[in-house]
This record gives sequence, structure tokens and C-alpha cells, in this order.
Amino acid sequence: MDKTVAGLPEAVAGIEDGMVVMIGGFGGAGAPIELIHALIDRFRATGSPKNLTVINNNAGNGRIGIAAMIDEGMVAKMVCSFPRSSDPRAFTEKYLAGAIELELVPQGTLAERIRAGGAGIPAFYTPTTYGTDLAKGKPVAEFEGRNYVQERWLKADVALIKAELADPHGNLTYRKAARNFSPLMAMAARTTIVQAAKIVPAGEIEPEHVVTPGIFVDRVVEVRDAAQEEALIRAGVEYA
Amino acid sequence: MTTKLTNAQIAWRAAQDIEDGAYVNLGIGFPEMVARYQPPGRQAIFHTENGILNFGKAPPEGKEDWDLINAGKKAVTLNPGASFFHHADSFAMVRGGHLDVAILGAYEVAETGDLANWSTGPKGVPAVGGAMDLVHGAKRVAVITDHVTKDGRPKLVRACSLPLTGVGCVTRVYTSLAVIDIVAQRFVVREKLAAISLDELQGLTGAGLVVEGTIADLVVPEL
Repeated sequence: MDKTVAGLPEAVAGIEDGMVVMIGGFGGAGAPIELIHALIDRFRATGSPKNLTVINNNAGNGRIGIAAMIDEGMVAKMVCSFPRSSDPRAFTEKYLAGAIELELVPQGTLAERIRAGGAGIPAFYTPTTYGTDLAKGKPVAEFEGRNYVQERWLKADVALIKAELADPHGNLTYRKAARNFSPLMAMAARTTIVQAAKIVPAGEIEPEHVVTPGIFVDRVVEVRDAAQEEALIRAGVEYA
Repeated sequence: MTTKLTNAQIAWRAAQDIEDGAYVNLGIGFPEMVARYQPPGRQAIFHTENGILNFGKAPPEGKEDWDLINAGKKAVTLNPGASFFHHADSFAMVRGGHLDVAILGAYEVAETGDLANWSTGPKGVPAVGGAMDLVHGAKRVAVITDHVTKDGRPKLVRACSLPLTGVGCVTRVYTSLAVIDIVAQRFVVREKLAAISLDELQGLTGAGLVVEGTIADLVVPEL
């Protein structure tokens, strides 16, 4: 069992036009910047992948990561809870120009829809959004005297994830609050691609400490000294 | 305009009602101030949507770890006994009724307990974050807010005019003038500043105020 791949180009191979791509991270914490930039490199070289649907809590910041994908014109639709950031120009300009679609999902519903996708649960009921504009058109049902809104699972062709430790089986740990959506996305994607700060031999991650079991992971690439998105933003870095 | 509480004083007043050991979520922005004013001898455990329980103060400038942030994407630190978890667990804590208190900001609060705090209308880019989840599940959902808008219109109203965050979810409102409970779809005044009369307070409120028993003076320290 060896899910490791040699480099970033191999890691992001096979991501095609029109695919649904989940990308881990909440703001800069957990953003797999190197995987995203490898995908941008491929788009610049080949014109593909484009027309992507990207699922993330946010919609990019500055001129790096998801924002740079949007700037390049690779993204047709964002599914997110909060398409704002300290520098939201990339998404805002395209959105106001009608050049990118937005599916706005409350943060907890986004997490649970992804979890449901990974767990084989096609729909569930949540109190969130009941009576609001975001519940329009969705089935409502009463349980124990309260109203709940039906939400459907979210699945993806690919998930791009940043982990701390990985082993060749794809067992993962995360760093601090960089965990956020990543364990859920790893479950919900057909192909889960991970950049890890360190790949260690099987057995070195204490089984009690594994957060994402390797069954949810397909490819692992080691990226030492990975960039942290927020640190790049504060340093004024652009991926242009 | 009569005298009114500062944001820090509103946050202080809200903090006095948080019990020792309570699990608390503070909305981003103004509500984050509540954490500064915990009464001595009490320690609440603060939850952030992005997967931390028991985070602490901001680190000194230059010492930030950007993998250790709160829902407002500000750098935080950890208190002893902190834990990390993924987003589905985090919102299970919210919707599952495990939080004791959520304290949120507001554009408008209706006497029915409806809250509008996520959108000022169809202009620009819509963004909801965790607001619609947070109003469900916490045992108490309290709002801290100025009593009126910047241009003097009531924020406590009969029915919200802005897009709703949640229906019938708010149980207490701490304003710059008063502490008001929402009971059976009415605003019940519990405390008000001694410097204003009930008539004046009513004049600044967009729905009927109800008095049950006596109204205590709203007393806060200089901050």
C-alpha cells in the first residue's frame, strides 16, 4: 500500500474540465496552496481544467490560492458560506459581472452536506435557514413540534487537502484549526488528494491519533515548508 | 439623544449573565468583546465555529500562528484543556443544543424573537457564514446591540424588514439603554438606564414594551 506520489503535477493529474472540486481550509488555515497552484500551473500550460465548481468555506483571498484560480477564469461556480475576505476582489469582480455562479450555504449546513455526501446520506433535515430566504424552494417538515429544512448531500470528483502528517496508507493528522472542513471533504470526494508537511512510514502515526483514516485518501504528496495562505496575504504575495 | 452605554459596557453587562463553566459562542466583531469582561472567579469555555473549544486571548503582535484562528479569522491562543475538531462536529455542538449561550450582533430584532443580522439587502455579494446555524441550538441566544441605528431608527421592532437569520430564536437583548427579554412574543423590560424614562425608551423602540414587576436600573462600570 503506497499512495504517495512523487510531485505536485502528478498529484493533481486527472482533474478535468467541469469537475466538482472540494478544497479544504477556513480562511488561510488549511488552504492547500501548493496543490492549488499546481492546478493553476497546469491550466496556464494546457487551458485545462476550467469550468470547475469549487466548494470551500470562502471564495478566495488576495491573488493566491482559490482567488488566483478565479482570476484565471478556471472557476464557473463557488459553493461557500462566506465569499468575503480581507481582499475579496477576485470573486467580487467576477460575481458582480455575472461571470461566476454562487451557491450560498450556511456554514454548518455546508459541513453537514459534505459529511452526508461522504457518509452515503442523500438528504437530512436541519433547523438552519427555516423561515429565511435561503430555505426557499426546499422541503420543510415538522419534527417534535419544530420545523426543519431538507438539505441534500454534497459530493465531489476531487478533494484537495492540506495535512500535517501522512503515511503511505493515507492516514492523516492535521495542524491545529487547519483541520476544519478537510476530514469531511476527504470522505465526500471520489479522489482525495493530500499535501502533507511530512510523510512518515506506516505505523509512525499513533493509530489513536489518526484523524482521517487512509480509506478516505487516494494520493499523498509531501510538501515541506508549505506556505500558509494568511502569511502570504500579509506578505503581499500574488500568484501571477 | 440621552446618555447611553458604550459597546464595551453593553458587552460587560452581557458577560455578567454567563455562568462559570458555560460553553459560549460569541459572534464575530462586537460580540467578541464579551470575553474580556468575565466576572472574576468564573471561566466560560469559548467555542469557535472553525473547530476550537477553549481558545484564549489574541497573541502578541508578531507571535500569531495563522493555523490558530477564530471564526473572524483573527489569531487566538489556547487555554489549558482546549480541543480541536472538524466542522461537522463543531456545528453538531451548535445545532445539537450543546452550547449554553450564543451572543450575536443584530441589525434588527423583532418582538417575536426573529433576528436579522446577516444581510442588509440584495446589493453586493451575499455572505452568511455561520449566522443561520448559530441561532439554533444554543440554550440561550442573546443579542447585543445599540438600541437604535446610527440614524436613530429602532432596531427592536415588531417585524424585521431585513432578510431574516432565524425565526423566533432570540431570548434576550442587551442594548445601549436596556436589558430586554423576549417572552411570549413581547419585549419585556428587565433593566433600563436610570437616566431615561420608560416613555423615552418606548419612543426609541419599534414595538410595545411590557413591564412585569419592577424594572431594575441598568448599572455598569466606567470602561
